[in-house]
Amino acid sequence: MSKLSQKHLLGIKDITPEDIELIFETADNFKEVINRPIKKVPSLRDVTIANVFFENSTRTRLSFELAQKRLSADVINFSASNSSVKKGETLLDTVNNILAMKVDMIVMRHASPGAPHYLAKHISANIVNAGDGTHEHPTQALLDAFSIREKLGDLAGKKIAIIGDILHSRVALSNIFALKKLGAKVMVCGPPTLLPKFIAQLGVEVELDVKKALQWCDVANVLRIQLERQQIKYFPSLREYSLYYGISKRMLDSLKKQIIIMHPGPINRGVELTSDAADSPHSIILDQVENGVAVRMAVLYLLAGAK
Amino acid sequence: MQKKLILDTDLLDITIRRLCQQLIENHNDFADTVIIGMQPRGIFLAEIIHKKLEQDTGKTILLGYLDATFYRDDFRRRETPVKANETRVPFIIEGKKVVLVDDVLFTGRSIRAAMDAMIAFGRPATVELLVLIDRKYNRELPIAADYIGKVVNTLTSQRVLVELEAQGHKQNKIWLINKD
Repeated sequence: MSKLSQKHLLGIKDITPEDIELIFETADNFKEVINRPIKKVPSLRDVTIANVFFENSTRTRLSFELAQKRLSADVINFSASNSSVKKGETLLDTVNNILAMKVDMIVMRHASPGAPHYLAKHISANIVNAGDGTHEHPTQALLDAFSIREKLGDLAGKKIAIIGDILHSRVALSNIFALKKLGAKVMVCGPPTLLPKFIAQLGVEVELDVKKALQWCDVANVLRIQLERQQIKYFPSLREYSLYYGISKRMLDSLKKQIIIMHPGPINRGVELTSDAADSPHSIILDQVENGVAVRMAVLYLLAGAK
Repeated sequence: MQKKLILDTDLLDITIRRLCQQLIENHNDFADTVIIGMQPRGIFLAEIIHKKLEQDTGKTILLGYLDATFYRDDFRRRETPVKANETRVPFIIEGKKVVLVDDVLFTGRSIRAAMDAMIAFGRPATVELLVLIDRKYNRELPIAADYIGKVVNTLTSQRVLVELEAQGHKQNKIWLINKD
């Protein structure tokens, strides 16, 4: 018997280490399922899930949709760009209209931090946060931690460096929460303008030199420079960023140690990661994508299963 | 809480030996036969039987573990979901004769789920069911076992407790427990 402590997955901040362990154990089983000749189980056949995306996404949305289909759920997709949101409908009205069509779960991405938390106060369906602005992206953090666990075993005591645009990254925040809860040591590294002012209060180390960060860590989670969130200039040019913070295969080889490179995608090749580094044996980027489906299946299964 | 011994160590040993003999009568050299233990508790019995059969026949016999959690019909109908266990079926069961092994046959619902789960690994030629304890009068589905260790008349409120050395118990024993 097993149950998550929460009815929704709004953020890693709200869930317990036991919840994370339960999700991982369930994801192990789903990973075996999606590698079978018949990759489908009937668990969620009486569940309808709406994927409500107010912000663009390819990977996360495909991954969620595939996870839902592998669990035999009925799926409806909604994206804000071609909907009545354009006509001025409020978030709550939009979601209530979807729920009136007898939908059991909502997977939502929204540009405003806290949007799923607001929704959770007003509706009864289960909500999974698929990214809310610069706040949290819980399933990404879970699949990142799951991928590290798969390569290195127990996360306790492992050193993980998160490198790049920490300021705008929901992946960074969720990763920090998840890794700390699992007992890992976390370091953030990036140019000072892209590091939040009080980040050290989360119990992470701060490093400005990427070479020292790579020297220190077992795993480097390299984040994307969010070109769409750079209205203000945080660094002089992309070329300068890649010169000081870009990671290349030569750099990794010069470390003379085992290191794992992760990236939540989409990669800006040649900016934060050169092509030869992204495609090197150090990289587990495609494992992350595969694990994403298994982890999301586990989250949906556990949330749907609790009465 | 009242406990009644159904099978003690010696009787259990004889029972398992008899079950193995019955299997050998029907499957000869196990060329096309695979044994699949049901998670979570049937796998210990499956391992014992598998080991014995390999000793007796001198052949290598395929053994797998099947978890039917994701195929259960009570998902979303109970307070907490049942925890899943590892499935390990490292062979194709297409065209094979499958012997499904579980410790206790009760309502028959987990066997139904197991048959569904099995189809994901191919279409078996035949499926047979082996159980150590058959709880009579409790079936909710038209399912019957082909090899039975012992038939026990039980009430729905009672519980059958299987203690095997492989699960960390001191002795192999099977109990009937009355819940008060």
